[in-house]
Amino acid sequence: MEPTTSDDVRSVSAEQFHSSLRGRRLIGNAAVVLFFLSTLVGLATLAALIIDILIDGLPWIDWDFLSTYPSRRPADAGLRSALFGTLWVGGLTALFTFPIGTATAIYLEEYAPRNKLTQLIEVNISNLAGVPSIVYGLLGLAVFVFLLGMGRVIIAGALTLTLLVLPLLIVAGREAIRAVPDSYRQGSLALGATRWQTVRHVILPSALPGILTGTILAMSRAIGEAAPLLAISGLVFVTFTPGHPFERFTVLPIQIFNWVSRPQLDWQHVTAAAIIILLLVLLSMNSIAILLRDRFQRRSEE
Amino acid sequence: MTKGISESHAGGETQRTSIMTTVANLEASQDSYESSDTAAPTERVSDRLPVAERPISLSTRNMSLYYGEFRALKDISVEIPERTVTAIIGASGCGKSTLLRSFNRMNDLIPGVRVEGTMEMSGVPIYDRRVDVTELRRAVGMVFQRPNPLPMSIYENIAYGPRRHGVRNRAELDEIVERCLTQAALWDEVKDKLKQQGNELSGGQQQRLCIARTLAVEPDVILMDEPCSALDPASTLRIEELMQELGHEYTILVVTHNMQQAARVSEMTAFMNMEEDRAGVLVEFGPTTEIFTTPKEKTTEDYITGRFS
Repeated sequence: MEPTTSDDVRSVSAEQFHSSLRGRRLIGNAAVVLFFLSTLVGLATLAALIIDILIDGLPWIDWDFLSTYPSRRPADAGLRSALFGTLWVGGLTALFTFPIGTATAIYLEEYAPRNKLTQLIEVNISNLAGVPSIVYGLLGLAVFVFLLGMGRVIIAGALTLTLLVLPLLIVAGREAIRAVPDSYRQGSLALGATRWQTVRHVILPSALPGILTGTILAMSRAIGEAAPLLAISGLVFVTFTPGHPFERFTVLPIQIFNWVSRPQLDWQHVTAAAIIILLLVLLSMNSIAILLRDRFQRRSEE
Repeated sequence: MTKGISESHAGGETQRTSIMTTVANLEASQDSYESSDTAAPTERVSDRLPVAERPISLSTRNMSLYYGEFRALKDISVEIPERTVTAIIGASGCGKSTLLRSFNRMNDLIPGVRVEGTMEMSGVPIYDRRVDVTELRRAVGMVFQRPNPLPMSIYENIAYGPRRHGVRNRAELDEIVERCLTQAALWDEVKDKLKQQGNELSGGQQQRLCIARTLAVEPDVILMDEPCSALDPASTLRIEELMQELGHEYTILVVTHNMQQAARVSEMTAFMNMEEDRAGVLVEFGPTTEIFTTPKEKTTEDYITGRFS
């Protein structure tokens, strides 16, 4: 090797380094500002939306608004039937989705052999998560309402929403189960526990918080959906409180859709008020689920 | 302590009979098994049979194991005496853990694993279709490389196995928990915090908890897969003492990378090596003192003296 001076060894001289440093810092800072502004786009939109709705709708909300049925006159219009409809449909959907979704996730993660069929099932579940919701509505209309002759009733709506959100819960459930350390599984099996005992006593308790989170997200999606239920229920004018799953129904998003399309100015207030109630229902559902999740988490840590 | 051991001992005997019922018509093994039964009660820590005369607990004959097409173990033939600490040493990747995990069929969890040749426990073929794998795993316990307490309390970690096998009585469970923790030399440290999570203990305590939980299902054999590799020297020492103590009552098979450990704790040593086709073979098996002082094979000597690792 030829002898070199120490200056030649460095590919970047000190002078070069310092002059380029300012530029590099500038670009770095600019990037941070850009990222922050991008974040603001979403936040600001949400804030504007909520503030606008609160201003429009908040004065309109009172007990009468919640407890009376829809009416032709904006001043008399209430949410009672839509609120009960949403509770019925949401509750039944959760009842169907949670066990079926959890069972599917357990099967796919813990039992299914790694073969072509399993792969096919997995790919299809992922694809189903991306199918537009109106398509599920038409499927529900064809299968539950007509083929099985249920009619345009609550249970048909709940079953349709179940199909819609199942893929979401299955994917979330599988992720929760996959996150359980393999050492738990091995430890349990090595003690002579059966596969099911291992799932029941070790895997499920550890995965439950994640599965519940998945259920929350799935239910939020279900309750906010208007399109598939429009296909099932139609834009009906329901002036009674549904008492069992085989009655006609409307839900909050449909009621909102119904009201928002009316020309008179007062309906804007009614619509905004209904949106606030829908957001509140979603929020309270999420908080209940989070509370539940925390309790399970604590219990599994005890 | 002595009381605890003799109790677990008696328990072990009854269970050995129960795994036998899995494969009922193996007369020969039943015989050898009963002979160990009659020998057992008179046997004390001080007057154990010499290693060479102890009955065989685990044995393999021309056993090969494949991961799909790849042959990971080749023609392994070994006879492991019961109530003895046997060490398996050898370079990384030579199949020590694979062999260990064949004895309780934990390898079944890996798709594409296939075993040829025979593997027996007290004369019962381990890979026989009639053997119930959960029953086998209860009789052949396992302690893993990394301590892996279950995500529950110390008490529940011990009670987990018995509960799964049908023990419901609270007093009985209490008794098992105390006895096993005592046997694993952990009782004094945790008796006041049995409700605490198992993973809040120190690494060494966790590993002793894992040993205690294995004892709770009253196994005959305990497989240990480098049980000290994740522990500090002081904890390692405690586990080693424990292994030696338990070796009087249980058949212990321990994989270790630490040759001093093998020399300290084991009576028998198996040396494994990897052949050119990457298949693991058993090079030499014999009393630990012989393996370490007068090995018959050149490769054993090279490994022991550190000429390769």
